[in-house]
Amino acid sequence: MVRLITHNLLACHAKGCTTNNFPLQFKDVSIELREAEFNADFLKGLLPRIEWKALVDAARQLGDTSLPLEQPEMVDDEFLKNLHHVLLEMHIEEGAMVCPNCSHVYAISNGIPNMLLSEHEIA
Amino acid sequence: MSRPELQAPPELYYGDTEAKKYTNNTRVQQIQADMTYRALELLSLPEDEPALLLDIGCGSGLSGEILDEEGYNWIGVDVAPSMLEVALEREVEGDLFLQDIGQGFGFRPGSFDGAISISVLQWLLNAETSHPTSSPPHRLTRFFTTLHSALRNPSRAIFQFYPTSDDQIQLITSIAQKAGFGGGVVVDYPNSKKARKVYLCLFVGSGGAQQVPKGLDGEEEVGSEKAKFEARRERSGKKTNKKRKGIKDRDWILKKKDLYRKRGKESVPNDSKYTGRKRRAAF
Ligand SMILES: C[S@@+](CC[C@H](N)C(=O)[O-])C[C@H]1O[C@@H](n2cnc3c(N)ncnc32)[C@H](O)[C@@H]1O
Ligand SMILES: [Zn+2]
Repeated sequence: MVRLITHNLLACHAKGCTTNNFPLQFKDVSIELREAEFNADFLKGLLPRIEWKALVDAARQLGDTSLPLEQPEMVDDEFLKNLHHVLLEMHIEEGAMVCPNCSHVYAISNGIPNMLLSEHEIA
Repeated sequence: MSRPELQAPPELYYGDTEAKKYTNNTRVQQIQADMTYRALELLSLPEDEPALLLDIGCGSGLSGEILDEEGYNWIGVDVAPSMLEVALEREVEGDLFLQDIGQGFGFRPGSFDGAISISVLQWLLNAETSHPTSSPPHRLTRFFTTLHSALRNPSRAIFQFYPTSDDQIQLITSIAQKAGFGGGVVVDYPNSKKARKVYLCLFVGSGGAQQVPKGLDGEEEVGSEKAKFEARRERSGKKTNKKRKGIKDRDWILKKKDLYRKRGKESVPNDSKYTGRKRRAAF
């Protein structure tokens, strides 16, 4: 149940891993699509918080090419519908997220990522 | 019996059996729901604006189900796998993380519009090993610092918890302050042995202009909890499950996947037996 909205907010939190620690890279993932109710205001409120390039890359990695490479200045209905689908309807169920910096592997099982660190990784 | 947090680490205390027992107990359900409503009240988010919330120590989703009901998007973290498994079974809407909050968060700055935490913080007051990173002050510091950064400015985080002494409250608030939070403690029904509840209200930003809310007072006898809970539900006037629509059928999903494949994406996952799994229709 990691959705791309969540993935887009998440950086590695291992000790000393403070640069180049975002976005986590998907590895061997399987996804499930589930409908969520569309809410334009929620999406608009979220947009300023989104790292656009990371979102587009992640979506493409999962097979969705509906988002433009550059965040559009004009937000129209079709764009919001696509954004909605990418952010809230694609669920990563299995696989892993790997830190691009320290290579820590956050395994995802049953939709739940394991964010636990071992003792030497705790800041 | 002593308090749960004195008996065993949370992921062991809330094993399969206890996780089910806890979640199925109607009295627990009622109390957790009631405290979640109160926490939302104290969070005082702008009316009718959608928000993304963090549920800290979300457990089996008793607090999260109220967030679903109120139409919030949320992310929940908990250290007990058995509790999260029950949350999955109950098909809460939030994304779930297996995470020890004492190790801190990795969320990017300004990710959340607010945070709630129901009956969790007391667990951070107990050391689990002799490793320096496991001392309560170290864990609390890590927790509050990374939480502060994950919240937007301005915003709030509300914690209902069970302190056993004023020293504990003192320790927690002083560490939260050092992490940058303003705020204070609200005590509801301070004179009632059963109804008394402690809420730590933490504020991010707005130059200390945020006022610590007043605690509830007056007659709040045991047994009226249910009435209070239901009254609040009605008062909130929001439709149950307002953000839930029908479940998309398998056809729709397969069509979408087909579309991806046609666009030449090899990485589209194969149809699993879970595709289009029915979600629980009602709370
Ligand atoms: C009494 S339950 C409350 C669950 C939920 N908030 C509710 O209202 O039903 C306390 C929860 O705190 C979780 N918890 C305790 N210590 C924790 C920690 N260090 N990190 C994350 N979760 C923790 C436990 O696993 C348990 O699920
Ligand atoms: Zn890392």
